[in-house]
Amino acid sequence: MNEITTTRANALIDPTLHVWHAEVALYLFLGGIVAGVMVLTGLALLRRPEAQRSRALALTPWHAPVLLTAGLLFLWLDLENRWNVLRFYLTFRPASPMSWGAWILLAIYPISILAAWASTPALLRDAVLARFPRLRAPADWAVRRVRSLAVWSVLAGIALGVYTGVLLGAMAARPLWNSAILGPLFLVSGLSTGAALMLLARLSEPERRLLGRIDTGLIVVEIILIALWLLGLAAGGAAARDAVRLFFGGPFTAAFWTLVVALGLLTPLLAGVIEHRRGAVPGRAAAIFVLIGGLALRWIIVLAGQHAGYVAELTLR
Amino acid sequence: MKHGKRYAMAVDTRTCVGCSACVIVCRTENDVAPGYSRAWVFTATTGAFPDLHMEVRSERCNHCENAPCVAACPTGASHYGPGGIVLVDAAKCTGCKACIAACPYGARFVDPRTRTVDKCTFCVHRLERGLATTACQEVCPTRSIRFGDLSDPESDISKLLAGREHYTLLPAAGTGPRLFLLK
Repeated sequence: MNEITTTRANALIDPTLHVWHAEVALYLFLGGIVAGVMVLTGLALLRRPEAQRSRALALTPWHAPVLLTAGLLFLWLDLENRWNVLRFYLTFRPASPMSWGAWILLAIYPISILAAWASTPALLRDAVLARFPRLRAPADWAVRRVRSLAVWSVLAGIALGVYTGVLLGAMAARPLWNSAILGPLFLVSGLSTGAALMLLARLSEPERRLLGRIDTGLIVVEIILIALWLLGLAAGGAAARDAVRLFFGGPFTAAFWTLVVALGLLTPLLAGVIEHRRGAVPGRAAAIFVLIGGLALRWIIVLAGQHAGYVAELTLR
Repeated sequence: MKHGKRYAMAVDTRTCVGCSACVIVCRTENDVAPGYSRAWVFTATTGAFPDLHMEVRSERCNHCENAPCVAACPTGASHYGPGGIVLVDAAKCTGCKACIAACPYGARFVDPRTRTVDKCTFCVHRLERGLATTACQEVCPTRSIRFGDLSDPESDISKLLAGREHYTLLPAAGTGPRLFLLK
């Protein structure tokens, strides 16, 4: 039997002292969607001739800067000392994932806006330029450089998606997070939720079919990555094994297996497979489940990670 | 920190009685936010009755040589001060809490008054004025807390660590703690 008494105010003893809450989970979720939308729409710009793009597909890149703004708002709300936020941009700290993230987010704004503009249908672009003629020079530049903007969109999206996982994965003090798999897992989850968001738009039938197939494939990869992540923890040291028990009998068991695995992964996977077999056009229901699962995944990982620490190691030498 | 001082602290787990005088005096000396502690007393009881073992130790920030909080800080607010003491520059702190998540010892918290991160400073304000002791060391009734310069082989703490068996917390984390616990 071990009994620990301490006078400190510590989140490991008292979970109400968790430092990261819903704001960070929502920011990671929105950041993942932005990453997914930028990668997928960047690929669409590169691979699909303009004539074959539906109006809805051509406009989906605009989701990136809009959702990025919402994500940044949540990130800002999470800060305790909000008026010091500019301090992020007075330095660059290569050892700090948070610093990388701050600069990546700053780079993503111009890339996502210019790529979205280049993807916008020409008629709409002309209508906007007729009202704002001063924008013509940068606007024309973006349209001319559409291919390189698309490549930058894909690269920036991958960087953002991986960063959202590395932010947690780089914390050696939190055994549940401290895994290199979190980077690719959050990237794939971001791609999957990005595809799901695009499926909510009025895409053409061939676009829906392709995106539905892509999302089903991404869900399979995500399931494999989650399994590897949990396996890595279960095969790790005492602290890692304690951490993985949060999902196997611990306080996060029900939430993880119902919201993330059953609703967020298996339900849309089953829907995708059935739709594919029957030759049906992917609908919106599965996409909504993917979005719920993506949010639940981040929320649960953010909260559960703060439950895991080195309590046993601090007690027993 | 190659040259100059390397400040460190040693806590004698044999003589510490867990009276919490260090916790209280730290609150007074450093005006710590009510309800929070920069120093704390950790008591671990192991075994089954009647074969129980109890360890009591006064803990605080480990002032790591390779501090994960300093690495995680995106603004440079968390930094190495004189003698390798890990400090927070409140003027640069955004309260992003990456350092709190990165610290395996739970040494950091957000001061609700300033909305910035607070932690043990090894009483750097005393050291800067020429005092050689921390407040917790000064008040300890069993003289269980020792503080000094590791780079000076003649300092009390260097001699103490040379002569007594000691350990650090979570050495496998690779943080290089400078809070030593005497067996």
